Amino acid sequence: MSLPQSSLMLVVSVTTKRDLLLAIRRKSDVLVSLFFFIIVVSLFPLGIGPEPLLLKKIAPGVLMVAALLSTLLGLPRMFAADYADGTLEQLALSPLPFGLLVSGKILAHWLVCGLPLVVLAPVLGLQFGLDGETLMMLMLALLIATPLLSLIGSIGAALTLGVRSGGALLALLILPLYVPTLIFASGAVEVQMVGMNANGYLSLLAAMLALAVFFAPWATSVALKIALE
Amino acid sequence: MNLETEKLGFYRYSSPQTFYPLAGKMLPWFWVVATLFGIAGLWVSFFVAPTDATQGEAYRIIFVHVPASWMSMFIYIVMAAWAGIGLALGTRLSGMMAQALAPTGALMAALSLLTGSLWGRPMWGTWWIWDARLSSELILFFLYVGFIALQAAIDDPRRADKAGAILALVGVVNVPIIYFSVIWWNSLHQGSSVSLTRSPSMAQTMFAGMILMALCFWMYSIAVSLMRVRAIIVERERNSEWIRAEVKYAVE
Repeated sequence: MSLPQSSLMLVVSVTTKRDLLLAIRRKSDVLVSLFFFIIVVSLFPLGIGPEPLLLKKIAPGVLMVAALLSTLLGLPRMFAADYADGTLEQLALSPLPFGLLVSGKILAHWLVCGLPLVVLAPVLGLQFGLDGETLMMLMLALLIATPLLSLIGSIGAALTLGVRSGGALLALLILPLYVPTLIFASGAVEVQMVGMNANGYLSLLAAMLALAVFFAPWATSVALKIALE
Repeated sequence: MNLETEKLGFYRYSSPQTFYPLAGKMLPWFWVVATLFGIAGLWVSFFVAPTDATQGEAYRIIFVHVPASWMSMFIYIVMAAWAGIGLALGTRLSGMMAQALAPTGALMAALSLLTGSLWGRPMWGTWWIWDARLSSELILFFLYVGFIALQAAIDDPRRADKAGAILALVGVVNVPIIYFSVIWWNSLHQGSSVSLTRSPSMAQTMFAGMILMALCFWMYSIAVSLMRVRAIIVERERNSEWIRAEVKYAVE
């Protein structure tokens, strides 16, 4: 069955809307990973000491690692509930392109788990004494990095679906793959802090995002079909 | 043997039933070749290769370190290739090969990290530096561990093979990205002044020793993977008639 362009976008948006609605009905799930982000970031000054120069230096890395862990915390929820109640199987059986349905779910995950981090990060950045321009760069880097985290993470979420000790395993599988994102995103902020041009880092992040948008939903849908067999 | 199987030629060995005895026949040869290369390589590296002018005798650990690093990267690519073939063609043996290769690859990565830090201690005065190569080798080790852990967590062997295959393919796409990102990260921070990439001119015999040791490691990896794949075949096919006959024959 071939669908016109507009219906393809409709498939994505309907799936996204459904997942968003489910997330809104259970706000606590979303808030937990947000507060996790805040708490992890706040732990570093308490552990390291309140020295402003040192805190400023570690801020980009700390914020990015915390964003990464917080995204990871939300990943098992991406497919677990739908897998448990059989919805995922129905989605896979439907004549609509499965890759698009999966893309819709990933988009919803980003809107719920990634986008709030982008909005929250500048507030936490202030606690580390970052200046205005660096905060802008932090938001921009996170805006490109967080969808990338959701996309790469979706592959791991699909692979560990219904597997023993899935959560810990997911971290083991996905965290090494997050390394380039971590390096380029915190690199962009660090470069901005010393007053250099961060465009190179942002371009690389965007390039990885473009690759991931194309390949990750495909790999995820293959992995989901294996889990559903 | 009838004409049909004759026509299959080399592909005949894509079935566990035909591969099991073939692997058994090949095994001793790989062990012999690995041992010969090992003896030659160790002899060259200990007695023929000259003492390094700046690094003294301690440099000799590169005869283990460099082949282990090479093998760790090479095995990951081979593993991903087997995984990809298994996923594309649905051949059972491919998944078993990928599963058999992973522990050897992880061992090589761990050996490379261990010997690297043993080498680093006398050379740079520190066990570990966050150099680009060391860091990316560490991440490669994590990728191996992830692959092994995923396969171990899934009970159904067919699903474990397929899930592992996707992870291996995603990993092999990411390995160059990780490698270059770590190099960029290193040039951004410039924490250590030690450069590993500046390769000093190497004596001919040192190079020969390294190549011989690399061949030894390569043959060892093949031999040990074949042994492991035979064990995997026995484990997975334990309920079939032919494997009982094979194992019974081996016991007697």
